[in-house]
Amino acid sequence: MVTALNTHIRFENVSVSYGPKQVLRNVSLEIPERRIFAVIGPANSGKTTLLKCINRTIDFVPSAKVQGRVLVGGEDVYRMRNVYQLRRRVGMVFPLPVGLPLSVYENVAYAPRRAGIHDRHQLDEIVETCLRQAMLWDEVKDRLHVLGTRLSGGQQQRLTLARALSLRPEILCLDEFSIAIDPLTTMRIEDILRELKAEKTIVMVTNLVQQARRLADYTAFFSAGRLIEVNETEIIFTRAANRLTERYVLGDFG
Amino acid sequence: MSKPSRKNPAACEANPFAPTPLEKSKRTKELIAQGILAGITFLLVLPVFIIFAYLLYQAWPALTLSFLLENPKEYMTAGGIWAPLIGTFFLVLISLAVAAPIGVLAGIYLNEYAGDNWVIRCINLAVMNLAGVPSIVHALFGVGAFVMFARMDRSLLAASCTLAVMTLPVIITSTREALAAVPMAFREACWNMGATRWQTVRTIVLPNSISGILTGVILQVSRAAGETAPILFTGAVFFTPIPDHGWQSFFPYGLGDRCMALSMHLFTLVTQVRGVSEEMQYATAVVLVGLVLLVNSLSIAIRVYLRMRKKW
Repeated sequence: MVTALNTHIRFENVSVSYGPKQVLRNVSLEIPERRIFAVIGPANSGKTTLLKCINRTIDFVPSAKVQGRVLVGGEDVYRMRNVYQLRRRVGMVFPLPVGLPLSVYENVAYAPRRAGIHDRHQLDEIVETCLRQAMLWDEVKDRLHVLGTRLSGGQQQRLTLARALSLRPEILCLDEFSIAIDPLTTMRIEDILRELKAEKTIVMVTNLVQQARRLADYTAFFSAGRLIEVNETEIIFTRAANRLTERYVLGDFG
Repeated sequence: MSKPSRKNPAACEANPFAPTPLEKSKRTKELIAQGILAGITFLLVLPVFIIFAYLLYQAWPALTLSFLLENPKEYMTAGGIWAPLIGTFFLVLISLAVAAPIGVLAGIYLNEYAGDNWVIRCINLAVMNLAGVPSIVHALFGVGAFVMFARMDRSLLAASCTLAVMTLPVIITSTREALAAVPMAFREACWNMGATRWQTVRTIVLPNSISGILTGVILQVSRAAGETAPILFTGAVFFTPIPDHGWQSFFPYGLGDRCMALSMHLFTLVTQVRGVSEEMQYATAVVLVGLVLLVNSLSIAIRVYLRMRKKW
């Protein structure tokens, strides 16, 4: 199954606790390159924490303690000398839309600027490409200098996606990206994601089980911090090995 | 003709929107609560107006431009208040030049970089306690640390440094509050894109908290201008002759000189010198209070202006 492809991200016996509360328990997982990998599971199952381990934003949670190893491209993220470089390689979209208090243009140009790109034409091109990929370009192309915080919630969410793409990351992590976006736009972004997987590894956390089924090549099911099952999406949805998984994907919980 | 009563007399008898007894009592209580709260608030503002109006009334005959611009003469019974006015100006300016950078930078460190460990908790405790220390204790500290230990002698510099120590904790606290008001989500969004903490502070956090930081700093101007105790032993004097005319009258004190100050001058006029007219005493007070009000209004104006430009 998964091992047939190149592994991009590898979790080796990863356990994470926030103070006394353990949120990930001994997770070992391989995420293949250039595929869409969905993570599903009920609330509190550690899905978001899993994403935060990939680009080490878990470091910003003061009480978090990580055990085990996370490897990105074969390199242990805790041995990397430059964590900022790692974060530039991993685009991250969290569920709550955040428009930075800058213009729409500067929102998208923020990360490239910090990474040392100052050429105006190059920036213009990045901004347009990313906004197009996030399905926002047509709505904001005439008002790129409006504050990002003035956009509607759904637009800000797509702005967040555009920002995540602005450094052409090799990995894109999406945590409930469609929560504030209307279904039509969601469909269009899903199409974009299918295109993007030709060049990126996409890890998406979703509560919409059907979204995982539509998009993902592989699906992992988490419950209470444990990895219950991981397999090709079709198998998870039709012939799940674990009874918990089967009940969850059928919506038969509680 | 089209009155509802004709068509449906039953509905007209009982107004369906008439308040029930419960709603009536709720409305009465609401009115009483509002009345009491508003009354107490206005009562609070009243003394400020009364004090200022009374001061103005008493000081009116002496309030002239020459009173502001002349130096005290004839054992301070005549002339104006230029020397103490410019002295207070430099005291405040130098104390802010010392306290503002240190306070703001320390505030940034504490809010943006420092983790939660016992060292930081000790520092927080120290800052809070420092803010509660009485000003006369600051004065004694100033005598020990600046006048004697640092060998500044009693001077403008020593007095300014003492004022700086006094204002520092409040500047740190207000800076931290202003920074903490910037939503955490902004920082996380930047960190997620590989921005360092400093890049995040410089590009997102500071531009959006500068109004709060400035307000905190400016409010300390009025506090430093009004304090007497900290400068009493560290550099302010009853009287020192300064040039009356020319550019020297604008830079009358060197850093090592003793200087006059407005708050101290008021104390002198009222208790130490005989034969000072009441008008002059009141006029000095009016200038001091007026300065404080002016600076506070300025800080409010800046805050309002920057809040209009607030970006989220």
